[in-house]
Amino acid sequence: MEILEWIRFGIAAALILSGVVIIGIAIFGVFRFNFVINRMHIAAACDTLGIMMILFGLIILNGFNVMSLKLLLIIGFMWLANPVSSHLICKLEIETNENIEEECEVIK
Amino acid sequence: MQTFELILLSFLIICALAVSLSRNLLVSLIIFMSYSLVMSILWIVLQSPDLAITEAAVGAGVTSIIFFVTLYKIKGLREFNSAPQEAIEEETTEVVEETVVTTKKHHEKTINERLQEWIAKYEMPLYKRFYNVMAVVLSTVIILCMLLTVSELPSYGDPSNPANNEVSEKYIMDTMEDTGAVNIVAGMILDYRAFDTFGESTVLFVAAGTVIILLRNDRKKKEKEENDRMYEPKPDIILQNIAKLLVPVALMFGIYVVLNGHLSPGGGFSGGAIMGAALILYYNAFGAENCKKFFTYRTFNTIIVCALSFYAVAKSYSFYTGANHIHSIIPKGTPGNILSSGLILPLNIAVGVIVMCTMFGFYSLFHKEEI
Repeated sequence: MEILEWIRFGIAAALILSGVVIIGIAIFGVFRFNFVINRMHIAAACDTLGIMMILFGLIILNGFNVMSLKLLLIIGFMWLANPVSSHLICKLEIETNENIEEECEVIK
Repeated sequence: MQTFELILLSFLIICALAVSLSRNLLVSLIIFMSYSLVMSILWIVLQSPDLAITEAAVGAGVTSIIFFVTLYKIKGLREFNSAPQEAIEEETTEVVEETVVTTKKHHEKTINERLQEWIAKYEMPLYKRFYNVMAVVLSTVIILCMLLTVSELPSYGDPSNPANNEVSEKYIMDTMEDTGAVNIVAGMILDYRAFDTFGESTVLFVAAGTVIILLRNDRKKKEKEENDRMYEPKPDIILQNIAKLLVPVALMFGIYVVLNGHLSPGGGFSGGAIMGAALILYYNAFGAENCKKFFTYRTFNTIIVCALSFYAVAKSYSFYTGANHIHSIIPKGTPGNILSSGLILPLNIAVGVIVMCTMFGFYSLFHKEEI
């Protein structure tokens, strides 16, 4: 049915657009904040969410075949790797910055 | 598609300018990584997925990691100061004061001494100015020459270009019958032009050997234990648990890319880079002691020498039978199977293993001066 195609196209377009807008907000936020830890917070959370939205939109656009399975695996990999790397960068920043006490509270 | 390509290309130019003009080496390196990523997207737009996989794995992956470790080694992770420039200027002013003091005693300055005075005072600034002017002039001349050459290139995608001649036609038509490989690029680099790939693998081998000669440090056991406590990072539980999940997945994906080199885009180089990156992740998560349990210096040597000599022996047999029109015993198989296309599969495995060991060896040598 034609309407089904249009609904599928509409949902996929909405998801991809919202993903792009979220990543745009993340870029704006990264430039507005002052301290490294604030910037990492924004970059990590919004990046991961935006990538998931865009890839879900592509999965719906592709239908039910092997490529959608590969895209699901990519989402799984990004959701594992992205937060861990952000955690490591923040940990490095806390350990090597001399003025960390002025910027935020550090629980040792 | 054309606006998309234009946007990507202008982004590349801006990235290149930013890399050379930024004062902080770490910032340059991260922009270099994004340059590599955009280059990888451009390869896909130009319809060459082999190059895209290799550029993403090697450029935005392993090469940038090795650059980071080099920066850590030379302690260049902080901003540039202008300290060396100030030291040179202080020295020249001291020299000028000494010559002025000695000539005051004589009351007469000979021409020679005045000449020496003038040279000592004006030498450094004049040289700096000359150097800056000549650098700008030379760069402008070279850029103008290159732009002139680019404007005379044939237009993009024209069927009557010199690149679309009978050589590429023969390769496109005859690869599947001659070599049995479905992927024409793999058939070219590992069958028609296997000698060039042998040269590339030898270059990797020589580079690894050079880095070992320069950096490897056979320390005695007591010094080793003292320094190890400084170098070993504290183990991070989150990283270790995630690495237990991700390293097997990445290794398996790398092996898949290597084994499928003759059927789909990929091959030895990109698969080897992916496997090397997986090993680097293992090294970072679990430390060097755990890595030594399965990858020692002896393993490294044995694997690289055996892979390279296997490549040489197997391909020499194939060249000998091909040049003298003797029937060779290596079966070609049906195109589309994994065990097909003659020697391409074993050679892919050899190249993949060489690249994996080289990448991991570089990282380990730069980080800790031993493998």
